[in-house]
Amino acid sequence: MKATDIKDPEYFHKVVDCQYACPAHTPVPEYIRLIAAEQYTEAYMVNWESNVFPGVLGRTCDRPCEPACRRGRVEEEPVAICRLKRVAADHKGDVKHLMPKPAETKNGKRIALIGGGPASLTVARDLAPLGYEIHLYDEQDLAGGMMRSQIPSFRLPAEVLNEEVNFILDMGIHTHLKTYVSSLKEVLEKDYDAIFVGTGAPRGRDLPDLPGRWEAAQSIHIGIEWLASVAFEHTSKIGKKVIVLGGGNTAMDCCRTSRRLGGDEVKVVVRSPFSEMKASPWEKEDAMHEDIPILDCHVPKSFVTENGVLKGMTFEKVHAVYDEKGRRSLVSTGEPDVFIEADEVLMAIGQENSFPWIERDLGIEFDKWEMPMVDSVTFQSTHPKVFFGGDSAFGPKNVITAVAHGHQAAVSIDLFCRGESLQKRPDPMTNLVSQKMGIHEWSYDNAVVDDLRYVVPQADKTMTLANRKVEVELGFNLSVGFKEAQRCLNCDVQTVFNTSRCIECDACMDICPTSCITFTTTGPEEELRQRLIAPAPNTSQYLSVSDLLKTGRVMVKDEDVCLHCGLCAERCPTAAWDMQQYLYSVTKACKLPGAVI
Amino acid sequence: MTYTRPRFRNPHLPVNEIGYTQKDYEGALSTLCAGCGHDSISGAIVQACYELAIEPHRVAKMSGIGCSSKTPAYFLSNSHGFNSVHGRMPSVATGAYLANRDLVYFGVSGDGDTASIGMGQFVHAIRRNLNMVYLVMNNGCYGLTKGQDSATADLGSKSKSGHTNPFQAIDLAGLALELGASFVARSFSGDKTQLVPLLKAAMAHPGFAFIDVISPCVTFNNNPGSTKSYDYVREHLEATATIDFVPIKSEITTQYDAGSTKDLALHDESMIRLHKIAADWDPQNRWSAMNALHQARTKGEILTGLIFLDKGLQDLHTVLDTTDKPLNTLKQPELCPGSKALEEINAGLR
Repeated sequence: MKATDIKDPEYFHKVVDCQYACPAHTPVPEYIRLIAAEQYTEAYMVNWESNVFPGVLGRTCDRPCEPACRRGRVEEEPVAICRLKRVAADHKGDVKHLMPKPAETKNGKRIALIGGGPASLTVARDLAPLGYEIHLYDEQDLAGGMMRSQIPSFRLPAEVLNEEVNFILDMGIHTHLKTYVSSLKEVLEKDYDAIFVGTGAPRGRDLPDLPGRWEAAQSIHIGIEWLASVAFEHTSKIGKKVIVLGGGNTAMDCCRTSRRLGGDEVKVVVRSPFSEMKASPWEKEDAMHEDIPILDCHVPKSFVTENGVLKGMTFEKVHAVYDEKGRRSLVSTGEPDVFIEADEVLMAIGQENSFPWIERDLGIEFDKWEMPMVDSVTFQSTHPKVFFGGDSAFGPKNVITAVAHGHQAAVSIDLFCRGESLQKRPDPMTNLVSQKMGIHEWSYDNAVVDDLRYVVPQADKTMTLANRKVEVELGFNLSVGFKEAQRCLNCDVQTVFNTSRCIECDACMDICPTSCITFTTTGPEEELRQRLIAPAPNTSQYLSVSDLLKTGRVMVKDEDVCLHCGLCAERCPTAAWDMQQYLYSVTKACKLPGAVI
Repeated sequence: MTYTRPRFRNPHLPVNEIGYTQKDYEGALSTLCAGCGHDSISGAIVQACYELAIEPHRVAKMSGIGCSSKTPAYFLSNSHGFNSVHGRMPSVATGAYLANRDLVYFGVSGDGDTASIGMGQFVHAIRRNLNMVYLVMNNGCYGLTKGQDSATADLGSKSKSGHTNPFQAIDLAGLALELGASFVARSFSGDKTQLVPLLKAAMAHPGFAFIDVISPCVTFNNNPGSTKSYDYVREHLEATATIDFVPIKSEITTQYDAGSTKDLALHDESMIRLHKIAADWDPQNRWSAMNALHQARTKGEILTGLIFLDKGLQDLHTVLDTTDKPLNTLKQPELCPGSKALEEINAGLR
């Protein structure tokens, strides 16, 4: 193997598993340390700079960071990263003065944002302080997009959302609410310098051909539309017996909302096996905790109606069969069909993009799935002035992905408006700083605690089911939040090896608690991985290989289960190892004034 | 400073024949200086015991006083141990060995503990051929008292303070050879590929196995001019042979050119396999071994590897014709065989 180039900014970035997995690359260990230091405001700002909606995401994020967490590979469960974010948001002080001010002088450029969700709001936040005049269009009464219309209040209280939306709108954004944009042509004619489309994936899937679908149409609803009508208080009750079709997070929100609007017997019915449902495991748990059974392997066959009144649905029972390539097919078990009674049915079986308002002769090309052709780096469409982001760019994902898109689209729009190449994007900000305080002292808490993951307390069920606006999760209190924060392994504090200083005393190899370090002769990676002190089968994690040492060997470190405990550096007599904190901040159009990154 | 090792271990660590990982042979976190050669030797002991699949409770660690003698705290936490008086480890080891012949005795000493205060004890342990490993962590200085020259410091070796040693060094390997030790080896803490097989062979050897391990004192004796520094030792190493330890029942997979290897079978059917053997050296001939030692010394080189092996010498229990069983397993019927047995003994004396 060739010696690893640790100067490549992406190398150490990948070692910080949580940050690397996060679409917005939020510097997770950095804000977790700030929480442990009771610096909640600073922790909030590290988040806000990166992901714009810490309070929202600390309650509702899909948490791609947590399955990536190194702690999950050395112990049972990852750090509760998401809920620690909420600790920062709940306990922050005044943050308004830390945020960028609206530009005093405008730069004369006008930008239109279509859709008021997380992607558009991110673009607004990044561009407004630079002097852009931002016009935000949304059909609803309030900005927030799907964060408001699809996420129920018992998971995300309106005041939390309002606060974070208003941080952005207060930057002098021109809002055009209750304004449905029905023609992109008309918007283009208004001569904006650039247009950003962040309209999400607004069309919920239907089962139009299922027998009985249209006989009892008034009792059968599309999940996301129904959730929106609840959020905007057009709907306030539902029948006693409810079937929710679908196995994703929207289905979980639908069934739990139903329980709060009068549904006594709410059932989730899903085609796939329980373990393969798309919903996050914790969302499934929360639904079941509210006495909602999840019936898996049931394929809808028909809506049963009597005189135009819905009576229930029939389902075929199936089981999953996998071919040699692992592809799944659902095969009937041969059992008789199942009838389930229902007064109302909510369909949460997926959602799609829909662009009826974009004329097809404007120069924006669409692919065969009716999706716009969008560059995955610049987010520019085939019309140079029109950019896409969030769910509307590449299909339904999640809030944090929309934020990540927004940042990159903002960079592109800024470059575009300045007449510069969109391909020549500024480098990310990186910084590598030694944490050495003394011979055996580090400026971070390097001890590895044994605590298992702490459970977030919930409000009493009788209270939360009685009022859809009562938040279920209570969040960690400060002392539990501190203990959970201490579980973080500080993966951003990197083990940096200096070949020329090493005297090959083997002390680091002997001390490493997880046997990550081996001094040996080099070889091809595949073979080398087998003959380390502990074999390194996890090829998704790098091996760090040093230059040749005096004895002809190399130092090989398997990054997989390194605890970042600093023992290698403590036992090194020549400081050939050093613990250095690596900060990586994604390129953004606008930097925070006086921020740590 | 970190005083405790994190609890988490690498989930992919291999296990040995008895289901233990190398981590099961670890000890407490070392309090020696960072980079101390002694810690590497502890690491080699851990590796050797893991690879031999010794049950940790079958090992007794014996030591005296000094940096070296602290190390039994840093390996084999689940083994027996006795940290004795300065230089008196051989006496305690003799007693323990006579009381229980079934344990593997692992004596750890230093150059001060052996070549100065404990010299009288050391030579008698050799003379009696105790079945034990006697390992000297040899750094040529008194590290615990700020690095004064020890009795193994080479003539002309320069200390950290710049002073040159005016005295002849005691060559512990040469002394052991002269006194009739049945297994004599020398190694370097920075060379685990040599040290680990030597340790395994020493543990398999049924007699007094002496290993002198040059172990740089990173704080007081790793300076230019010192003959026990990492750099100096690496530049002056000369090996008698490359050594492999082949345990019982395992197949020999490494192939060497015919005539370039020499196999030494041990009593338990394990084997020491030597290759790249130095010219004019026969590991089973004491004169050849002494000659090789002297020649290397004359050339200013440090001879390492297995130096001498005598498979014929009887160990102390055999010489004294003592009981086969550990004393703690002897019960009343064996200890008080009754009046009939007494009559027979008395009759034998008439």
